[in-house]
Amino acid sequence: MAKVLMKGNEAIGEAAVLAGCRYYFGYPITPQSELPAYLSKRLPQVDGIFVQAESEVSAINMVYGAGSAGARVMTSSSSPGISLKQEGISYIAGAEVPCLIVNVVRGGPGLGNIAPAQSDYWQATRGGGHGDYRTIVLAPNSVQEMADMTIEGFELADKFRNPVLLLSDGVLGQMMEPVDLPEPKDYDVNSKKWALGYTGKDKAERNLCSSIFLDVDELEEHNWHLYQKYQVISDLFSKGEFKDFAVEEHLCDDAEIILVGYGIISRILKTVVEKCRKRGIKAGLVRPKVLWPFPTAVMQRLAEKTANFLVVEMSCGQMVEDVKLAVNGKKPVYFFGRTGGTIPSDFEILNEVDKIVRPD
Amino acid sequence: MKQVFKRPESLSKTPFHYCPGCDHGVIHRLVAEAIDELEVKDRAIGVAPVGCSVFAYDYFDFDFNQAAHGRAPAVATGIKRTRPDGIVFTYQGDGDLAAIGTAEIIHAANRGENITVIFVNNAIYGMTGGQMAPTSLIGMKTQTSPYGRDAATAGHPIKMCEMIATLESPVYVTRVTINNPANLMKAKKAIHNAFKLQKEGKGFSFVEVVAICPTNWGKKPADSHKWLTENMLPVFPLGTFKDTTGVEKA
Ligand SMILES: Cc1ncc(C[n+]2csc(CCOP(=O)(O)OP(=O)(O)O)c2C)c(N)n1
Ligand code: SF4
Ligand SMILES: [Mg+2]
Repeated sequence: MAKVLMKGNEAIGEAAVLAGCRYYFGYPITPQSELPAYLSKRLPQVDGIFVQAESEVSAINMVYGAGSAGARVMTSSSSPGISLKQEGISYIAGAEVPCLIVNVVRGGPGLGNIAPAQSDYWQATRGGGHGDYRTIVLAPNSVQEMADMTIEGFELADKFRNPVLLLSDGVLGQMMEPVDLPEPKDYDVNSKKWALGYTGKDKAERNLCSSIFLDVDELEEHNWHLYQKYQVISDLFSKGEFKDFAVEEHLCDDAEIILVGYGIISRILKTVVEKCRKRGIKAGLVRPKVLWPFPTAVMQRLAEKTANFLVVEMSCGQMVEDVKLAVNGKKPVYFFGRTGGTIPSDFEILNEVDKIVRPD
Repeated sequence: MKQVFKRPESLSKTPFHYCPGCDHGVIHRLVAEAIDELEVKDRAIGVAPVGCSVFAYDYFDFDFNQAAHGRAPAVATGIKRTRPDGIVFTYQGDGDLAAIGTAEIIHAANRGENITVIFVNNAIYGMTGGQMAPTSLIGMKTQTSPYGRDAATAGHPIKMCEMIATLESPVYVTRVTINNPANLMKAKKAIHNAFKLQKEGKGFSFVEVVAICPTNWGKKPADSHKWLTENMLPVFPLGTFKDTTGVEKA
């Protein structure tokens, strides 16, 4: 297909349709409104279902219902709304129902503001709701990746029967870039044997979708089962089939300082790396494209070679903890952040690099 | 010899865990009978609440989802939209439906989702040990209203049928009880009607069953039904609040 110019939020919507998603449930919130607006128009054209729910709480529970009945289904929101969805996400993870959840992150805590932010990293990568569970977290940095990761997100969700979170921000959601869209995929609602209402001949006596295990032994067994699944996912992202999908490394081989950032920040960091190199500072960039499972192995390998890490985030410092855990004291890990909706400039970051590599 | 009484096909063989005399078991049976009579067992999908009937899925012999507290109508919406041929119903208590899940029930009703809601109103939070419910009566003593429910600070019992009947979309809104054989037969008919309407694609149907909780009311089952008759029915009058298709006359 020819490239089309699209907003990030719209690219997610079109990619979802191309991935065979026919069900969207959501509640309005800035800065993700282009996405439900797009799908409210697009889904009826392909016999899909768009429901504007009465709240994010309801929306995520509609997702739970649709997903448990076999639908390829999604919801989207921004930070305050994602907080409301956490109860549902916990149930969905516990019941092992696949779905895609998009967070176009804005400034918090509380009502915060509608400016772009990265302050939901902890919420996204630590599960977010109650209980022992994980969600796969994807972090695009371009409109193209908003589309690609949406499609990949549905595949991953189905493959692992697990919710997948697309962690974006207000800049990525609103900016326009050319996108290459793939051919549409067919998806059959009746393709999951475990789903409620499944009508195939190989159906079990009956299907149940539940996260309750009243007996302590049963719940312990279930939680270890989930844990083992998360281990399998982690392995596939660190040494298996999704290894290259998980992380982007740029000029790291000879780097004396490695900048670490995800999402929109990584694009600024690329400019910083170029400017550093021009000035004779050997800088490199690591961009986690998947935030959970975190590319720990990559950080560990790089910690053997490079002298310093500088983590840059649009928060007071959240992902930096994962970098520190991975580097495990081997090398200094510095942090620079702007928060409240401010995007750091390349100049500011360059300044930080200078302070580290040319302290006088 | 003709068999006149047997377990409905739609009920599983699992023994109920409910307290002796509790109405939940009988109401389950009425739901199962309706599903059998309408021959929709193979496409029935239930949504269990959080409350004493959290394990409803164990007692019915068809597909089930177990929803979060109060969210069953939203979950049922997602299921029904995905499986329009499914016969989808929620089974909820008064804490679940009339407190934490008020938004979900009102909006599922208002969208006119083609689902059936069985609402078991026992005026108390049974599962958690007898706290005040939105439907507890004025003066009713519970674990969290030890001096009796005071309207000045805790408001009045919420009448869900009356509220839902004000909406345009629902097609059938009715309140029943099972305090005696005659009322039991009416309740059976109402639940049958509700599922029949769904089967015919008519829209949202809502059956409130005014029920007892002998354990948390601190009464014997027979005394509980007497107390229900004398105290609950004046506040929650039986009857049909909305029947746009005339199913009751058909
Ligand atoms: C989010 C959440 N809040 C509270 C609870 C605790 N809880 C479990 S059942 C229940 C009340 C159930 O009462 P009701 O819906 O009337 O059902 P009954 O047990 O009376 O049939 C509560 C508050 C919970 N499980 N989840
Ligand atoms: S606590 Fe009340 S509602 Fe729950 S099973 Fe016992 S009698 Fe029934
Ligand atoms: Mg109750």
